[in-house]
Amino acid sequence: MSVELWATLAKYFAWVIALLGLLAPVMVWVERRGMALIQDRRGPNRVGPFGLIQPLADVLKFIFKEEIVPTAADRTMYLLGPILALVPALTTFVVIPLGPDLVLSSGTRIPMAVVDGDVGVLLFLSLSSLGVYSLVCSGYGSNNKYSQLGAIRATAQLISYELALGMAILAVLLPVGSFRLADVVAYQQEHGWNVLLQLPGFLVFLVASFAETNRLPFDLPEAESELVSGYNTEYGSMKWALFYSAEYVNMASLAALLSTLYLGGWSLPGVELPNSWLGVLAGAGILGAKVLFWMAFFIWVRFTFPRFRYDQLMRLGWKVLLPIALLTLLGVAVLVVAKVY
Amino acid sequence: MEVAVFAIFALLSVGFAIVVVAHPHPVKSTMSMVVVLFCMAVLFALLGAPFVAAVQVLVYTGAILVLFLFVLMLLNIGRERASAGGQPAQRWVALVGAAFFAGFLGMLLWRTHGPDTLDALTPDYLSIHRLSWELFTTWLLPFELVGLLLLVAVVAAYAMARAPQPGEMTPAAQPGIVTAAAAESAEPGGETT
Repeated sequence: MSVELWATLAKYFAWVIALLGLLAPVMVWVERRGMALIQDRRGPNRVGPFGLIQPLADVLKFIFKEEIVPTAADRTMYLLGPILALVPALTTFVVIPLGPDLVLSSGTRIPMAVVDGDVGVLLFLSLSSLGVYSLVCSGYGSNNKYSQLGAIRATAQLISYELALGMAILAVLLPVGSFRLADVVAYQQEHGWNVLLQLPGFLVFLVASFAETNRLPFDLPEAESELVSGYNTEYGSMKWALFYSAEYVNMASLAALLSTLYLGGWSLPGVELPNSWLGVLAGAGILGAKVLFWMAFFIWVRFTFPRFRYDQLMRLGWKVLLPIALLTLLGVAVLVVAKVY
Repeated sequence: MEVAVFAIFALLSVGFAIVVVAHPHPVKSTMSMVVVLFCMAVLFALLGAPFVAAVQVLVYTGAILVLFLFVLMLLNIGRERASAGGQPAQRWVALVGAAFFAGFLGMLLWRTHGPDTLDALTPDYLSIHRLSWELFTTWLLPFELVGLLLLVAVVAAYAMARAPQPGEMTPAAQPGIVTAAAAESAEPGGETT
């Protein structure tokens, strides 16, 4: 096998281990303790110091719980739901560069995105758009009216917000002139972070990413005060845990994309990372720190804002976010043509 | 390796295409369609056209079929009632359509294997830069016309679907299917579909 193939596999599994093995369990703890902090409660504090081992106990419980498939459910679609949640979640991050290109002593140059193709961020968008089929399968297959309502909401919501998200991304790509995220990072190293250059687009992306990950204030497909638990009402044991971990992996991937598009990705202003193992590790650390910041932000927002009503959600998506994103795109296009930008 | 990937995804897409047509349940038909389009995207990627593959997944499976499912679930359509045969005219139309398709397929085969073969597309030709350049220079007019066509369709759909205004002539009151789901998301449904 060639060096490139090994490198691709190594990069991919580094992502999977970091996200699924490290980040997801830690985020469960951070979310529950953070929620308790904000709501002036104690949170899980029995298993291990500060309840740190709690996620492990949860996973054990999920694994040993009985697998139940509701009698009236459509078995194939019901079981397909959690699988379809995790599979797209574990593929979207492949286009995000982890650090500067690694140059081996033999002179081989290894880019630090798992897939360093021409299409770049398009691949991220197309793979993440497949996530909605998990909600459709689980909502429809459960044969439960609340689940189905959740699935219907999910389809409408994801389509509406994906549009605004895509427009905001286009505005970033326009001055860069490439879909490759490595080029976006290089552009920001030269010109400064995009969050300063394109603040409206950044805000649109931020708001839309809450809707894309089904997080409060936009978790209408779940909406436990109206729909019990929405599309995942009928799920228990490890099947439910798959939905849960997919949500965290999606959050982390989107946070990594947000950091790469608007906050310089693995780079810091004024810091030149070497093309060596050290540089790659430092780059991954910088990106990881940015991702953790946004994860904390997601949790902070979740317990600060109330849930939107469904019509408010749709109005915000179509009548506020999309026009802002389109105007940003138009403005950037004019500036690019006028060679100001 | 390439042949194996091609064989797997080609067989999958043909198999699921049959399911799309034959399955009595519309939601499952649509889900099979998702598989078909995804397999086709893999085939595009295999042909060295990653951009077409990504757009195929993004537009068709990521947006259009999601709208299909949205409408199907909103109207709560259950199993299709067995209506084997249908209108007699349908068979003739289907036959003509099949003949056209066979002719088109034959023409393609003849042109790729016949005396004057088409050139294979090069990676350069399929790169995003080249593709967008061609689209916005050589093919600008057709491109814009297609956009206009879609706009006309959207306007027509809106005109047909919107609730009649107070002073307007109303068509005969249609027995709308109102389910719990339809009643809940009736308003945003009008905006998204």
